[in-house]
Amino acid sequence: MAGSGTAHLRTGDPNILLSVQNLVVEFPVARRTKVHAVTDLSFDIAEGETLGIVGESGCGKSTTARAVIQIPKPSSGSVEFNGVDITELSGEELRNIRPDIQMIFQDPISSLNPRRTVFDIVSEGINIWSKSNEDLTEDRVVEIIQAVGLDVEETLTKRPHEYSGGQCQRISIARALILDPKIIICDEPVSALDVSVQARILNMLEDMKSRYGLTLLFISHDLSVVKNVSDRVAVMYLGKLCEIGDGDLLYEEPAHPYTRILLAAIPDPNNKHSGNQDILEGELPSPINPPSGCRFRTRCPRATEKCAAEEPQISQINDRDHWVACHFPHLDAKGANSSDEILWPPE
Amino acid sequence: MLMTYTTETEEPLLTLDDYRIGFKTERGLAKAVDGVSLTLKRGQTLGIVGESGSGKTVLNRGVMGLLAARNTIESGSAKFNGQELVGENRQSFWGTKIAMIFQDPMTSLNPVMKVGNQVMEPLRQHKGLSKSEAKQRVAEIFTLVGIPEPTKRLDQYPHELSGGMRQRVMISIALAIEPDLLIADEPTTSLDVTVQKYILDLLTRIQKEQGMSMVLITHDLGVARGRADEILVMYGGHVMEHAPTEELFENMMHPYTAALFSSIPHLHHKKHTRLSPIPGTPPDIVDPPIGCRFASRCAYAQERCLTETPPMTYDGDHRFACYFPVKTPQGQEALEKNQKRGHTASGLQIRKGKVA
Repeated sequence: MAGSGTAHLRTGDPNILLSVQNLVVEFPVARRTKVHAVTDLSFDIAEGETLGIVGESGCGKSTTARAVIQIPKPSSGSVEFNGVDITELSGEELRNIRPDIQMIFQDPISSLNPRRTVFDIVSEGINIWSKSNEDLTEDRVVEIIQAVGLDVEETLTKRPHEYSGGQCQRISIARALILDPKIIICDEPVSALDVSVQARILNMLEDMKSRYGLTLLFISHDLSVVKNVSDRVAVMYLGKLCEIGDGDLLYEEPAHPYTRILLAAIPDPNNKHSGNQDILEGELPSPINPPSGCRFRTRCPRATEKCAAEEPQISQINDRDHWVACHFPHLDAKGANSSDEILWPPE
Repeated sequence: MLMTYTTETEEPLLTLDDYRIGFKTERGLAKAVDGVSLTLKRGQTLGIVGESGSGKTVLNRGVMGLLAARNTIESGSAKFNGQELVGENRQSFWGTKIAMIFQDPMTSLNPVMKVGNQVMEPLRQHKGLSKSEAKQRVAEIFTLVGIPEPTKRLDQYPHELSGGMRQRVMISIALAIEPDLLIADEPTTSLDVTVQKYILDLLTRIQKEQGMSMVLITHDLGVARGRADEILVMYGGHVMEHAPTEELFENMMHPYTAALFSSIPHLHHKKHTRLSPIPGTPPDIVDPPIGCRFASRCAYAQERCLTETPPMTYDGDHRFACYFPVKTPQGQEALEKNQKRGHTASGLQIRKGKVA
């Protein structure tokens, strides 16, 4: 990929809860040099939907998650939540919107305060925000703790280190749910867990989603996990969007060369893409000085001179919810669309 | 099964017989590996699969002699090339006969030593090469494992390399002296899928070229399936099931193997497919349950499973430790009985044919 554009945004749809447009996040590293962590990224999430973001380390998926909740504020671009551009908000206004946007982090143990009891950790948010009386808030805490499958009595005295990784992740989820948020951003929530525990947490996220009417932004490097939880999936590479669309469609007919390579690499016994022999050559280019044109071109088996000169824009495939940013996407099972001569290596 | 790999006269490279490792703790002896028997044939890959705490890493560190002697009790027999390892000092094997690749390439390299020197170390120590010979050999190995610009990389420190590159350096160190046995402990767990594929392809290729045997420890059944000739499933320090790879996936006999397999999200499933997690928690290895270690989490469990440890049942190359194996008449009967009464012998609730 490595494409820009906003063609895939469902502008005007009244159900859109979060709309991120032309998001740019840059970190200064030295005089006049910057890490281009996320460049011109756009996506939207409808209410009740789960958007999964996949990509390898360094593609900017965690940075995107953090930019959505404004830690740190993005360098440019807009993050519209419920119709309000939250990048424009400051101080108290932003603080007031935070209860609606909660986050779950990767490492369940280190993201909980080790010196407080679990009941305290879960109830902190509601104690700060609740305007109702104490009994009601306590009922709410008890309800949420039970909903995530923990024993309320135990949480009154136990601290996070007395719980297993899976249980700590339940505590993180309870803490996120307590303020009745509209959207939860999950940054690799199951990556540190064993497979059997991972299944339980994923099932629970689905249960909580339907019970509390949540919208999720789910970030993971594990393509099978993302497919399982997501309605729509976005694939990122080096700070840009490659492909986005309906999960089943995108996994069934991946159009972007990068998505195809990612899928082919999954060691799943029933992986229908494993016959694809394309492999990722070379190393991830530096985000300080990313390639011109399409950012994936230096490692792409289909790259031509056009890819270096011109950045591909996101365009729709077959009038379905499937969008790709590539000059030479694989548009059918045979993958024959590239008319230009393929030059390898590019440049 | 294929008999092309070994001949009758050739003895296995590694043989474990009732191999045990216990750790002394305040509460008593933690039986991390509790009576494991296996054989590894020459040139073959054995995949060891299990969750955290199943004993798969301890087993291999034990065989290597890497565990602290003062609080470890090792018993049973472990023979490498016919030579007994238990009770012996294994230092002479390190880096000559047996090599190991660890999970985390970030922390297993020396951060203050150039990577070239780290790979040269075993060559100079064990092969007696001179500095310039060793350097040249390292450059060759780097090319072999796919490190670009090998002569430049020689003089770099680990922090200057990416995770995939560091793992390639680790592999170079392990392969420098052409070991008979390579133990790869979760070699790709911290790496991206595309890098994982590269590293696994590389290991497979080099293994074929050098004819070494490999033990591949992983929690990922998918990784094991693609790379191992045989798979050993461990749980709570016990061997649950052991079979040639294809046989294992076609006929999963042990309820634990089946449960582990069905708890993973698969690529071919539609989105929002409900997963089947394994209920409960792993057993306490200091005070393990009397019967089958998996009984408290198993949908097939009967009264017998709680009181008697199931012995290993052999069906050709396929062995498993279970009284009520999946898809057998007695297994079906046990499952139906549990479904009818709504719970297993250990009290685990079962609903609609599925574990609650």
